Amino acid sequence: MSKYTPVIGLEVHVELKTNSKMFCGCSSDYFGKKPNTHTCPICLGLPGALPVPNKKAIEWCIMIGLALNCDIPLFSKFDRKNYFYPDLPKGYQISQYDKPFGINGWIDLANSASRVAVSRNHEPRATSHKRIRIKRVHMEEDTGKLIHEAINGGKVSLIDFNRSGVPLVEIVTEPDFELAEEVKEYLQKLQQIVRYLDVSNADMEKGDMRLEPNISLRSNNTNTTNTTNKPISNKNLPKYKVEVKNINSFNFVGKAINYEIKRQTEILDKGEIPSQETRGFVEATSSTVTQRTKEEASDYRYFPEPDIPPFRWGLDYIDGLNKNVTEKMKELPQNRIPQLISQGLTAGTAATIANDPTRSAVFGTAQTQGTVSPDQLIQFGTYISNVTIIPTEINKIEKLTYNLSEEFKKSTKTISVDEDKLNEVINKVIKDNPKAVEDYKKGKENAIMFLVGQVMRRFTERISAEKVKASLLAKLK
Amino acid sequence: MLNKLTIKQAREGLKKNEFSSVELTRACLDRIKQTDDKLNAFVTITEKEAIEQAKKADSAIALQGQALQAQSLLGIPIAVKDNFSTKGIRTTASSKVLDNYIPPFDATVVKKLKEAGAIILGKTNMDAWAHGSSTETSDYGATRNPWNTQHLPGGSSGGSAAAVVANQCIAAIGSETAGSIRQPASWCGVVGLKPTYGRVSRYGVVAMGSSLDSPGPITKTVEDSAIILEVLAGQDKMDATTSPSPIENYSGNLVSNIKNLVIGISDEYFIEGIDPEVEKAVKDAIKKLEKMGAKIETIKLFDPKYAIDVYTIIQRSEVSSNLARYDGIRYGNDRSFFGEEAKRRIMFGTHALSSGYYDQYYNKASQVRSVIIDDFKKAFEKVSVIIAPTSPSLALPVGATKGKSMFGEIADVLVEPPSIAGLPGINIPVGFSKSNLPIGMQIIGPQFAEEKVLQVAHGYETGTRDEEWRKLEPKV
Repeated sequence: MSKYTPVIGLEVHVELKTNSKMFCGCSSDYFGKKPNTHTCPICLGLPGALPVPNKKAIEWCIMIGLALNCDIPLFSKFDRKNYFYPDLPKGYQISQYDKPFGINGWIDLANSASRVAVSRNHEPRATSHKRIRIKRVHMEEDTGKLIHEAINGGKVSLIDFNRSGVPLVEIVTEPDFELAEEVKEYLQKLQQIVRYLDVSNADMEKGDMRLEPNISLRSNNTNTTNTTNKPISNKNLPKYKVEVKNINSFNFVGKAINYEIKRQTEILDKGEIPSQETRGFVEATSSTVTQRTKEEASDYRYFPEPDIPPFRWGLDYIDGLNKNVTEKMKELPQNRIPQLISQGLTAGTAATIANDPTRSAVFGTAQTQGTVSPDQLIQFGTYISNVTIIPTEINKIEKLTYNLSEEFKKSTKTISVDEDKLNEVINKVIKDNPKAVEDYKKGKENAIMFLVGQVMRRFTERISAEKVKASLLAKLK
Repeated sequence: MLNKLTIKQAREGLKKNEFSSVELTRACLDRIKQTDDKLNAFVTITEKEAIEQAKKADSAIALQGQALQAQSLLGIPIAVKDNFSTKGIRTTASSKVLDNYIPPFDATVVKKLKEAGAIILGKTNMDAWAHGSSTETSDYGATRNPWNTQHLPGGSSGGSAAAVVANQCIAAIGSETAGSIRQPASWCGVVGLKPTYGRVSRYGVVAMGSSLDSPGPITKTVEDSAIILEVLAGQDKMDATTSPSPIENYSGNLVSNIKNLVIGISDEYFIEGIDPEVEKAVKDAIKKLEKMGAKIETIKLFDPKYAIDVYTIIQRSEVSSNLARYDGIRYGNDRSFFGEEAKRRIMFGTHALSSGYYDQYYNKASQVRSVIIDDFKKAFEKVSVIIAPTSPSLALPVGATKGKSMFGEIADVLVEPPSIAGLPGINIPVGFSKSNLPIGMQIIGPQFAEEKVLQVAHGYETGTRDEEWRKLEPKV
């Protein structure tokens, strides 16, 4: 057993896919667009411009909170986080400080090698699942982007404000992870949840999800060792914390964590304490480097954003959102797969459908709308798990379902064949293909399918391959 | 002398074809040319655009008989404080940091003025960033008080108040955080209305104290303020803090309904050190209102001195954050162009919001702010409006602010409590000192009671219409 137990927490930024930005009407679809074409006085922070919050983004943030089992406080507000950076046009970021939209949630991990398992009320649970507690889910705005390049031989820094003001949801966990694998599983679940809620594409390559783990090591030789199966209380946390920024893949998070565990172990083994700092992940070497130490830590001077009145939610409103979330969460693979299997689908088909929101929605729609008959549903499931389906917006699912159902029916449509005509054709095919008949008789099973194909080709209409095969076999006996 | 007209008079003249909007605008521009060397009320004069707009107004009036009814400010030349964003017209907030800044958009107030047909004459001088109560801290030089150019006009909307009383315009727009409309209106002897916070959109107003800033009119008469408020008021989808509460027909409902009106007077507002001439003039005015049928009720409000700390902390904290965007990366001029006052406020506000001090300062100030709001709420259960002096002093001499970093906060002690509570208030002139400087009185109402405040002011104005001092004109 190792001398240390890793104490790992995670901050994840998820970019929402709303049409417009968080506080203005500009399009939030900035990826790959010409710089500074998606801007206005508000997201440029021009003198006198004011933010007006995007209702949809707030609703989606609350829905993420609900899907992560959070409490939604009925009073909430925005705050200003003051700091200087060239990509921050107002000199502050509108964020949430002490009244976030969601608090005290969790995600249960299916598999865990580590020991701590806790429930929401912090009691040990009689289950093998490990629960990762979520401290808060809050809403903020993205910054612009700095581009450093050489123009006419001179080094310049350029600012693209297209991303400025795009809605971001930050999800912060308690330091409940002990292994990089747990972090990865958590991230996969989180990604799946925001995708199934249909609030973010969660596309890592486009920067839709940005990951910041914080890692420290706790000695197993002290009385801080967690033997009681209860979550670590704050006073038992290590005296330092290392944050790693700028990570954009699940694999890199794992690498960063494992690198840090190794680095910190070496320092602790020497009897020293790692310094509290922010480090950056270097992809090329899979290592981390110092970015900012504790001494340089910013004081963000948070205060309530005076330009946006606070929010007081009604219970009905939150209940309504919760119902919506519950419906969408039923579609999650872990909930959907057993349901599909119980309907008769094979485990493989069920997984293919359940793991793809579009296929899952099509299957569900076909069932509720009756676009295929109930006795063909299982066959339809196999069909859609084998054809190529492009991810589709929720509001276009009905049309897609209709089209796929039609194609499916066409592919399975058979006509009753006149027995005499079939016999006639079969006799002709046997006569014309003596070699295949010979092969079959010698035991080459594949040859029969060749003959079936030859028979079917002589019909213009689609006939049942099963029936042809049966008749052929009878003849060749 | 068309430039001397009020909005109402000018509208009637335009309607009867006695003169054109171009003539009216030209009269104002001529007056500006004659007098602004001495007054320095304008930072930018938009002569070319103004004449073009006036021509358009004239053709609209000639083409459609209904044009003047449809647009209540059609053809009326108005001056706008330089912290309102004007599309294509330099907007500096009287700070050299923005010396080269030409906004690509109009503030909602400017947009509404244009939609109502107003002609924008130019941008008026102010304390840089609206930080002050003198217009002496402008990076473009101090504005002088038209009644005595050795004296200050007050501020921060000093340019707008001076322009109105010097008849450089028919009316002007100012903005108030705490006092910046009412105090210069008082020192210059004009009407200045600070609406309820959230009644008029702040969109496009260079932010000072975001939880306090209220744009409003500075005019020659109460009726003109009502006409302008009608244009400016209302919920704005660009400003989340604007109120959906209905807009009254402020000018249509402008009756002098003083009879049986209950007016609250609080001794706390006749503070120690108040100029005796100011105290006497305001108390005389209250007696006149009593004679007109009002009932005077003595109430006890919190000592306004408590509001100074609350106001200073909240405003400076917000200022420190609001000025962060002028970081030298954009707008041409860097942070070295900030004046002394802005630097002081940034440092003060930054400190007040710092970790470990937030609770002690900002949080505590917010709590006291709630107490002050409640204090007024209770008072308005007993009285309809509260009357007090606007400024404890007469217009002070040029140079009075030198070395006084709290000059504004102390000069504005009597308007800070209602501003912190977001209440509407109006300054109206009530007379002159022996030294021939104007004296003003403020009428404060509950939130969104602009109609009531305007009615009382109008009642006083019409009831004292024939007083000798009203014939005085500044000699510039």
